[in-house]
Amino acid sequence: MNTNTMSYKTKQYLMFAGITTFVFGAVVIIPFIYGLYLTFTSWDGVAKTKPFVGMANYASTFADSAFWTALGRTLFYSAIAVILVNVVAFILAFLVTSGVKGQNFFRAGFFVPNLIGGIVLGYIWKFVFNRALVSIGSALGSSTLSTSLLSTTGGAMFCLIVVSVWQYAGYMMLIYVAGFMSVSNDVIEAAKIDGCTNMQTITHISVPLMVSSFVQCLFLTITRCFMVYDVNLSLTNGEPYNSSVLAAMHVYNTAFTYKNYGTGQAEALILFIVCAVIGVAQVYIGKKAEVSA
Amino acid sequence: METLNEKAARNAKIAAVLKIILLVVLFVLFIFPFVLVIINVFKVKADITTNPLALVGERGFTMQNFPNAMKKMNFWRSFGNSAIITICSTIITILLAAMAAYVIVRNNWKACGALFGLMVASMVIPFQVLMIPLVSLYGGILNLLSHRATLIFMHVGFSLSMATFMFHGAINTNVPIALEEAAKIDGCTRWQTFWKIVFPLIKPTIATVAIIDAMAFWNDYLLPSLVLAKKELYTIPIATQVFYGTYSTDIGLVMAALLLAMLPILILYLFLQRFIVEGVTSGAVK
Repeated sequence: MNTNTMSYKTKQYLMFAGITTFVFGAVVIIPFIYGLYLTFTSWDGVAKTKPFVGMANYASTFADSAFWTALGRTLFYSAIAVILVNVVAFILAFLVTSGVKGQNFFRAGFFVPNLIGGIVLGYIWKFVFNRALVSIGSALGSSTLSTSLLSTTGGAMFCLIVVSVWQYAGYMMLIYVAGFMSVSNDVIEAAKIDGCTNMQTITHISVPLMVSSFVQCLFLTITRCFMVYDVNLSLTNGEPYNSSVLAAMHVYNTAFTYKNYGTGQAEALILFIVCAVIGVAQVYIGKKAEVSA
Repeated sequence: METLNEKAARNAKIAAVLKIILLVVLFVLFIFPFVLVIINVFKVKADITTNPLALVGERGFTMQNFPNAMKKMNFWRSFGNSAIITICSTIITILLAAMAAYVIVRNNWKACGALFGLMVASMVIPFQVLMIPLVSLYGGILNLLSHRATLIFMHVGFSLSMATFMFHGAINTNVPIALEEAAKIDGCTRWQTFWKIVFPLIKPTIATVAIIDAMAFWNDYLLPSLVLAKKELYTIPIATQVFYGTYSTDIGLVMAALLLAMLPILILYLFLQRFIVEGVTSGAVK
């Protein structure tokens, strides 16, 4: 059989990748392009027509101070959460690879929050912050702790960060564990013989050899924190007084609550671009720092 | 006088003990929220309100939260929806992605390169950028929302890129082309070669993709909440929401609902722990 004809190739392609091309196109590619078009129209979610409005959605995005506040808040939240997640994950990874008894058990335990969806995690922590901590606070007679952290403006953001650290640290720990394992014992032993203390071995040998793990974890945490929605919804729902509305929630509300689909889509695109620029810059800088043993 | 060696050994021992203590403290902190749910699920509402930290409530032990919560969140219905959607989406994703990856790896046709390039590029697009056009296309124009099949279709569409990418790597490294040539000489068509030779050889990657995708589908909230507007189609994450938003939240029921929502995955984790941890790690490293 001639395998070089156009009809053979087409048949083979369609047989193996035809449905994939269709589904992928229908769910990702077409909506993406259609989304770009939507940003130039105004639609309320009900009307049959989508009038063309040019740059009006971008203009109203730039004028929407709530969006920029939410974006700034997201940057603040992401910066702190990303750093804390990675610090905690690195410490956990160090502890569970240092040869203590039962390290597999600990690894499995720290990973548990990742198994459960953000919406359920948020509700669990809502209970912890609203009831358990309040009850501890009033038992201690402390007035700051006996009101729920979730009901104060700074407190709600603090709670979001705590939950994110708890949620992602176990996952990132696994990546750092893989990083620690990839550093060969020879190098570590050589360093010890040369007189390195444990701390020096970590900072001068393990960490430089694990740069790719850091790049990867940072990328994953940045993109996740930037786009967080479900924990935000179930834990704070933007309360109190909209002080904990993160960017993704603002986009959702603009589009689906206030029925400004065009503006919502324009905001989503801007959010995506900001996130992509930060993520890519981070990978670019990180890749430069990579060394090999 | 202790020798230098003894001193070093003693320091190492102290360090090991400190590490264990630190680990245990962190572990307790990590597990604390779950423990709290478990102890409160067996209490009546009044006991939870007065003292959420007590191991046993003053008014005694109760199992009543479970049946009440199950009824309110329509548990078996939601569980069934979640299960059907997760299983169908995972299987379809694996079959389609493996087939597509095969044709992409083994042929350098333009169409294959274009598809793969688009897929890799699309992996950076977050869901939030696609959700509004999705709703307006599938809801406003095609009127296809509120069907489980639509949700499965979308789940598959979103996970195909990553899955194809992973199978692409697996076929490239784990399937020797000589084996396929041998099959061809023995009279296998491309289609038979794929199912009889290639597909069985990429089993480890199939397991990885299945774990990552199934967990993502089971836990997903945003997409199902946009697609499934009808109450009888709710998945478990959406169903847990019914306890909030009403005027009075019965916290006992919430505890039971949260535990019920977590239980299926936790039970699976107990048995498949090694696979899940390995799968998630190898999925992330790629």
